[in-house]
Amino acid sequence: MINKTVLHAKHLESGAKMVDFHGWEMPINYGSQIEEHHAVRQSAGMFDVSHMTIVDINGSDAKAFLRRLVTNDVAKLTVPGKALYTGMCNEAGGVIDDLIIYYFTETDYRLVVNSATREKDLAWIGKQAQGFDVTVTERPEFGMIAVQGPKAKGIVATLLNEEQIKAVEGMKPFFGVQAGDFFIATTGYTGEDGYEIVVPEAQTADLWQKLLDAGVKPCGLGSRDTLRLEAGMNLYGLDMDESVSPLAANMAWTISWEPEDRNFIGREVLAAQREAGDQLKQVGLVLTEKGVLRAGVKVISEAGEGVITSGTFSPTLGHSIAIARVPRSVKIGDTVEVEMRKKLVKVSVVKPGFVRNGQSLL
Amino acid sequence: MSNIPSELKYATTHEWVRNEGDGTVTVGITDHAQGLLGDMVFVELPEVGDTVSTGDDIVVAESVKAASDIYAPVTGEIVAVNEELEDSPELVNSDPFGDGWMFKIKFDDASEIESLLDAEGYENSIDED
Repeated sequence: MINKTVLHAKHLESGAKMVDFHGWEMPINYGSQIEEHHAVRQSAGMFDVSHMTIVDINGSDAKAFLRRLVTNDVAKLTVPGKALYTGMCNEAGGVIDDLIIYYFTETDYRLVVNSATREKDLAWIGKQAQGFDVTVTERPEFGMIAVQGPKAKGIVATLLNEEQIKAVEGMKPFFGVQAGDFFIATTGYTGEDGYEIVVPEAQTADLWQKLLDAGVKPCGLGSRDTLRLEAGMNLYGLDMDESVSPLAANMAWTISWEPEDRNFIGREVLAAQREAGDQLKQVGLVLTEKGVLRAGVKVISEAGEGVITSGTFSPTLGHSIAIARVPRSVKIGDTVEVEMRKKLVKVSVVKPGFVRNGQSLL
Repeated sequence: MSNIPSELKYATTHEWVRNEGDGTVTVGITDHAQGLLGDMVFVELPEVGDTVSTGDDIVVAESVKAASDIYAPVTGEIVAVNEELEDSPELVNSDPFGDGWMFKIKFDDASEIESLLDAEGYENSIDED
């Protein structure tokens, strides 16, 4: 059976084109993916991300459990509301999922995981929790709306009460706070300023409508993908999965090697890979001539072959960009070739990250 | 519901064909096809003077989503291409049967146009998709 979010009817009202996204019927666009993309870069757009899974971890062992479960170290989190991006690996060092962990207290954390990997994640987390004094609670009773763009925070502020405004005032990036009925976080997936707001299901459609009335453009999964790719952010299932080491997916920075005695799952394998230095690495590719780089396309360099893991047309830059996994000796600034429609085309290698706050990073 | 003008002819591969009555046809892709492809970002057109045969892939239409071949619906010579699409590929989305036209062919054999689908036939063909 296909799942529908609490905003399903609102999407249809706005003329959304719906698609099956990992078992969820979700909007791909509301007419034009490119217009939605520009709305987020230039003004404000919103996404229904209610299909993502919220998992609360509570109990006296919550901290110890998460220090075992994920590659990044939740012990770094000491300020209530602070969030951490991390990989969750299997014993072989493959990425089961990437996720965000919010810290409230050392016995109280919130995880937000991908919808595509929900069942696998919950099964894994449940299994690993054995022996720890923790409770793992999925929270399906919430909707979630991401409001992103240079005008996003200003518009949201007009819809909040005094208490909520005070709660989010001056909140730094990558924080979350419970403000009245809303959990408001300064996380996002577009490279723009904005919020991700967790809302009780019964109030989600109302918040969506108020945002619409305030001029926020509804945006589908299509523009979410071009925005996140411009921002150089990984998408699970394309840029990494269980067959890929975080070291090959630009996630080395999410692995906390110190302290040495923290035995997180996958540590041994990842440490050996790091020592060997033989993993592929993730780079950005830029094609300035006609054509669009697509996932799966072969990358040819003097050091050997690689592959494009995500590729698209960049609406902000006006040409194609991609994320690729290539041999480690390929350098930023190199020119490599990709095989496009049976011919070889030259592309330049850049850091994975193309647009930030509406500006080109190239 | 897609718009399918009744005065045009259609190929099963989603090209529309308008007989201009002067020995040429104008060709584009249908509203249905542009809707499936989504936002167009590049259109690679043939050269004026190219000779093409029915079924040749002569245009590459790149949308954000995918690259698609567009086929010659009749045999003949390319006598014009829509250069506007060079800078404004989105015309294919906004006006597929008008400003979003792609090329004109001076055809060799008028009977080829007759054997293309009419609007009803095309509608039936996309219902089966």
